[in-house]
Amino acid sequence: MLTAFAIFMDGLVYAAWVFVVALGLTLIFGVMKILNVTHGAFFAFGAYGTATMIGVAFAGEGNLAWAFILMLVMPVVIGCLLGLLLERGLLRFAYGRDEVVMVLITYASFLIFEDALLLIWGTDVYPAYQPMVALGNVSVGRLFISNYDLALVAVAGLAGLATWWGLNRTRWGHIVTAVIHDREMATALGVNVARVFTVTFVIGAILGALGGAITAPKISVTPGIGIEVIVVSFAVVAIGGMGAIGGALLGALLVGFARAAAVHLLPEVELFVIYAVMALVLAIRPEGLFTRIAARRI
Amino acid sequence: MMIGKGALGLILGSAALAAAGLAGPAQAQDSIKVGVVSFLTGAAAGPFGIPGKNAAELVIDAINEGSLPAPYNTPGLGGLQIEPVYVDEAGGTATQVTELRNMVQRQDVEAVVGYISSGSCLAVAPVAEELQVLTVFWVCGTPRIFEENKYKYVFRTAPHATMDNVAAARYVLHKMNDLESYAGINQNYAWGQDSWRDFVLALKTLAPNAEITGDYFPKLFAGEYGSEISALLVSGAQALHSSLWGGDLESFLFQSIARGLPQRMPLVLTSGEPLVGRVGDKIPEGTIIGARGSHADLAPDNALNDWLKTNYEARFGEAISYPAYHMTMAFLGLKAAYDKAAAAAGGTPSKDQVIAAFEHLEFDTPSGAVEMALGNGHQAIAGTAYATFTNENGKPELVDVVRYPASCVQPPDDMTSIEWLEQGMPGAAC
Amino acid sequence: MQQAVLTRLGPITAILLAAGFVLPEWLASLATVAFAKGLVVLGLMVLWRAGLVSFGQALYFAGGAYAAGLLARDGGVQEAVILALVGTAAGAALAFIVGFLLARYREIFFAMLSLAFSMILYGILVKNASLGSTDGIGLPAVSFLGMDPGSEGRSLANYLLVVVACFLAAVGVEAYLRSIPGSLAEPIRDNEVRVEYLGLSVKNLIHAKLVLAGALAGLGGAITAFSIGHIDPDATAFWTVSGGFVFITILAGTGSVLAPFVGALLFELVRSYAAQYAPELWQMILGGALLAVIMFLPGGLWSLFTRRAQEG
Repeated sequence: MLTAFAIFMDGLVYAAWVFVVALGLTLIFGVMKILNVTHGAFFAFGAYGTATMIGVAFAGEGNLAWAFILMLVMPVVIGCLLGLLLERGLLRFAYGRDEVVMVLITYASFLIFEDALLLIWGTDVYPAYQPMVALGNVSVGRLFISNYDLALVAVAGLAGLATWWGLNRTRWGHIVTAVIHDREMATALGVNVARVFTVTFVIGAILGALGGAITAPKISVTPGIGIEVIVVSFAVVAIGGMGAIGGALLGALLVGFARAAAVHLLPEVELFVIYAVMALVLAIRPEGLFTRIAARRI
Repeated sequence: MMIGKGALGLILGSAALAAAGLAGPAQAQDSIKVGVVSFLTGAAAGPFGIPGKNAAELVIDAINEGSLPAPYNTPGLGGLQIEPVYVDEAGGTATQVTELRNMVQRQDVEAVVGYISSGSCLAVAPVAEELQVLTVFWVCGTPRIFEENKYKYVFRTAPHATMDNVAAARYVLHKMNDLESYAGINQNYAWGQDSWRDFVLALKTLAPNAEITGDYFPKLFAGEYGSEISALLVSGAQALHSSLWGGDLESFLFQSIARGLPQRMPLVLTSGEPLVGRVGDKIPEGTIIGARGSHADLAPDNALNDWLKTNYEARFGEAISYPAYHMTMAFLGLKAAYDKAAAAAGGTPSKDQVIAAFEHLEFDTPSGAVEMALGNGHQAIAGTAYATFTNENGKPELVDVVRYPASCVQPPDDMTSIEWLEQGMPGAAC
Repeated sequence: MQQAVLTRLGPITAILLAAGFVLPEWLASLATVAFAKGLVVLGLMVLWRAGLVSFGQALYFAGGAYAAGLLARDGGVQEAVILALVGTAAGAALAFIVGFLLARYREIFFAMLSLAFSMILYGILVKNASLGSTDGIGLPAVSFLGMDPGSEGRSLANYLLVVVACFLAAVGVEAYLRSIPGSLAEPIRDNEVRVEYLGLSVKNLIHAKLVLAGALAGLGGAITAFSIGHIDPDATAFWTVSGGFVFITILAGTGSVLAPFVGALLFELVRSYAAQYAPELWQMILGGALLAVIMFLPGGLWSLFTRRAQEG
């Protein structure tokens, strides 16, 4: 019973952070049809930036409130900077090219950002544990649950709700939805698609950096964290259906629970359980769990 | 399309020309080019690669000046000044094999001190043998290198990882001689899997009734250990073995502190020593700390150790950690062999003379005496130590240090590590 | 038609074979590794022409490498030619099996699903202690057509073998590209439904391309295995290995069967000098080059040669 509860909680926490990252990825794909490999770099910059600032905030006596404010501000700053740089500086010149070519362009940008990280922050490990340790834990039976993890679930929920609300309840959201469904028609009706693209990309980048920021206190930030994230969040997005918000949620939960169950019950398969779930889902529903099948060109 | 015909030849030819230009004129032998291979990029660079490279710079400068403490207070390797060539170990084994050839044949490197990853060492050893280049491995945990093969040109100046885990098992029983249950969390790659296997085999002999209540193998660089910590919390183990290192170790440490795991069971960290310098008083009370040998805070008192610690911390402005000791051991071994061969030859020694001097060599290091005892005199053995972390006296320190002589924690020359462990560690003298 | 291919590739191969005897040894072994990669890229080129990009070619590369490695280590087979053939067969067999599923997918989904399969193999290899986990396994020295080249001649023998293998592969692929199933690549990319109206099964055509690419990747893997003498999951099966292959494909361009080999050689040379002089800038150089090629040279570096040839 306790194990079942542990699997539920661990799965939920894992799903929470992966959802925040995948949300940005799926939003960008849904609107712009770009599978953005650079998302891993947004994540890494978010993590490094936040870890550095938390280090500054705790340099003296330590100020928890500042740390939490920084964790929300840093992703916005980083997301805006990097998102604008990439979208305005590079991607807009390549719109209209093959989806696969766009993947390669963002892959190349990712490689460049990876070395930029190395030049800025070096190879050192950046710890930023203070906010997590300071929040303490609650006990459930023999289990201790970190309050920081519970906060993560809340933040992920809020991010998901905010995105849903923005897309479904605001004028801006209706415009974006129009672009998702029929780009040409939206343009014909006077929608400034270029601006929709820029804003969407920046919001996606902020979500990627936010994923890194809220993860930074849990992990010591090291070179290469971006690579891991890309593949896992791709799997989540592919499982849920590319471009579907609900799909990202479902994919994240599926991946989170599968991984937690593997660790507790069948540790041998932990290393590839995410890919196995992905292959299985795609084998049964090639377009993912949440997407409509597109019509074939003739 | 006709132009395309020459493209391949053109590239090959110009590369050969460029290389010829770079090689430069041959010099009279008063210096020796030494390749130094270490992780300069990637996740292993911060914890291992850079401290190792720093130590190499420090020790090479001191060797060239002759400013090391005795018995190393003569300049050069048997009089030859060291010209280092630093190479990044990132990129995988195939890359390392190619780079070794490049170092030897393109840049005239005559000796190589290098390799952290066991995979690199296993891949590089046969090629070093083929190229007949004197190669000293400075880390590489796996015992497989000299147990699966015999080499002439390849040496390893650090003991293999079996020692770390046998000593860890002995130390755990020193702290709790009624150990009933234990668990492990190790990274899911060869070194993590081997570490856990050796620890379990040693405890099967030393505490046959102790039970394993869980063994977890998170992915390398996973960073997230929530599920593993939950499973450990409900496991009821009395001690937790872990060979995690670098960012993974710190991530796991703080996540487990946040969830109260160290109050349930002491952590036994075979590679935990760098934490003392990095996070100090955050380490949970009673954590058992190893340094993969008697290095850094576990090093004995001697003039070499004082020299290394003082100069390293002065030059690089950060606490010294065990990889710097591993690198120092490698260069001191190389210097001891060259000096011995030079003295016997009465001048610059030949490669074969250096190798003959290196085999079965005994030399002093900041970490104590090292003996090239295994693998026909090519694999080092040395003593090791474990200690317990405490903050009770108001400052982070390691107490209850127990030192284990080499013969207590390492197999004899005629047995592989696994055979020795499976037969109950015959002949172990503690 | 075959004649034309031979007159074009024959002299190049002869020059490369002769070059082996004068090249410095390090360059010959670097070229060996590069050309083995070129074989994998040749397969990717076949897929690319049909609009398919595989981010999981490491699956067949690792399959070929491990098939050859295990046969050499445990099966006692030490003949390079046999090992190369076995690797080819292993790559083809793997591609044949997963092809039943993969051939149904296009674009991003194809890329992601191939990635997932290669990562499953990676997970299995890492978890397998008898295969040395991430430390991998070493291969015994191999013989070439029954002859043992000794340690001095080994690099040369590996080089000659890879050049011959590349020649045969290039001739084979050129012939395939000129055959009817091969020449339908662009039509498949542009409009599958029209190809189906011709009465052909696009799924089967793509399945065949997958098997061909898999065989080439397996061959490349096997040659890499015995020329390096060591194999491990990170160097053969991890997804970044696949990423490297795709990178060379784009860099080189897909205009000719020679392009993959030129691209791979250039890639290895730049990597080698970057590792020596600027390891912390290596990925930046890669990324910059890739961007420059995609934005300004959509046909890859190869288009530089053809463009000049047309002008001249």
